[in-house]
Amino acid sequence: MQKYSVFSLIKNAFSNHQNWEVAWKDPTPKSEYDVVIIGGGGHGLATAYYLAKEHNIRNVAIIEKGWIGGGNVGRNTTIIRSNFMYDANARFNEFGMDLWRNLSQELNFNVMFSPRGIINLAHSDAQMNAYARRGNSMRLNGIDAKLLDRDEVKKFIPMADFSDEVRFPIFGGLMQPSAGTARHDAVAWGYARQADDMGVDIIQHCEVTGFDVVNGKIKGIRTSRGDIKAKKVGLCVAGSTNILAEKLNMTLPIETHVLQACVSEPVKPLLDGVVTFGAGHFYISQSDKGEMVMGGDLDGYNSYAQRGNLPTIQHVLTGGLALFPFLSRLKMLRTWGGIMDMSMDGSPIIDKTHIEGLYLNCGWCYGGFKSTPVSGWTFAHTIAQDQVHELNSELRLNRFSTGHLLDEKGLGTKTWIG
Amino acid sequence: MLYIKCPYCGLRAQKEFSYGGDATVKRPNINEEVSSEDWDKFVYMRKSPRGKHVELWQHIAGCRQWIKVQRDTATHEIFQTAKVTEEIR
Repeated sequence: MQKYSVFSLIKNAFSNHQNWEVAWKDPTPKSEYDVVIIGGGGHGLATAYYLAKEHNIRNVAIIEKGWIGGGNVGRNTTIIRSNFMYDANARFNEFGMDLWRNLSQELNFNVMFSPRGIINLAHSDAQMNAYARRGNSMRLNGIDAKLLDRDEVKKFIPMADFSDEVRFPIFGGLMQPSAGTARHDAVAWGYARQADDMGVDIIQHCEVTGFDVVNGKIKGIRTSRGDIKAKKVGLCVAGSTNILAEKLNMTLPIETHVLQACVSEPVKPLLDGVVTFGAGHFYISQSDKGEMVMGGDLDGYNSYAQRGNLPTIQHVLTGGLALFPFLSRLKMLRTWGGIMDMSMDGSPIIDKTHIEGLYLNCGWCYGGFKSTPVSGWTFAHTIAQDQVHELNSELRLNRFSTGHLLDEKGLGTKTWIG
Repeated sequence: MLYIKCPYCGLRAQKEFSYGGDATVKRPNINEEVSSEDWDKFVYMRKSPRGKHVELWQHIAGCRQWIKVQRDTATHEIFQTAKVTEEIR
């Protein structure tokens, strides 16, 4: 494989960039694989990469109905953080932060990881207390957390509304300085390119239509491009999890909902890092191109449409304007939606299933992108070793029946409220 | 914007309603022994189909009644609405 570097860039400039190697091939599916990963999004591609790299399992196929990176890995707001309170979530995502820090070098692909920090704003004394508790929990797990008072917040976001007339005055905030953003497409492409180089077949435009399960054991999958035998099958399909679960006669603690995001026209740099509004559903960051990237609530009803409705955008931006009045002068460039696999406690599931050789990776709710590397890493381990890793030992499917929930937000099972 | 026909008030905008989830989930009968498996199913397990879905909505900014809505989760088309005591077929 051609290595990307400043020298290869200069060399290819002389031939008008016409002679770059293709980054990944377009193979016809073989009749049999050791492992088939369903879903060519960030998590699926990362899983295949770590299967090949960490476990030397290279007879692997990724089956994708559309094109790789066309789902949630291309639709998120690119935020990377590990500001979790519960040990299981904190350890899992902090391991992921370590993978992020070295990802560009590891993949030889600039994922533009930019640790500029995230601030969760507090708008009451009670919220400050809650953030102090969360910050302490994070620090006990080795994650950097800083409790900021009103003046310290003002230094970061002087353009926020700090006047006395506001309904939700800023009391302070909790900051994770090592959090940040990355270029989401590059993450998918970087993993795809390396996985392809190690022998993984990336099969696009191939829909899974069924499964071959004999005596409680997976034998293969049926697809729109023919049957494929497989010793092991991993599901990494986010919002489409329930569609495939139905074909397997499984019912899961997952509901699919649509989440929208939007960007404004690009403006000069004015916001460093990510800011979340603590009195409503709104968060914002500025992309390297200068667009303000914003998101907030789910549309609030079960949906498989990768598009949403305007009342939710209006609701989210009402919160945005309360925090940052300057937004009223910006034009909206575009809005879009992605479908979320909302789990019943807000935390993901990476586990084996009751079917031998079938593995499940789902329940990412709003926050799948930040966990892309660690999700792939632990899922690859779970598939290769046929047992969960210590990092995902609490992210199991049976936690709902045993009562070991990881309800980070304490919202209960009304997934659409969060 | 969805437009939902409240069986009590007529056609109203989605903004007047709040969502209440899958209407086919049935709470186990009261005062009867419930296995933990059945309780799990009731509390956590959801079919979440792509296509027709019968769900609860509350006309919170109107008559405040709970209603049932049959809606397509892929196209958002609404086929039928009914009072919460009525069945949708």
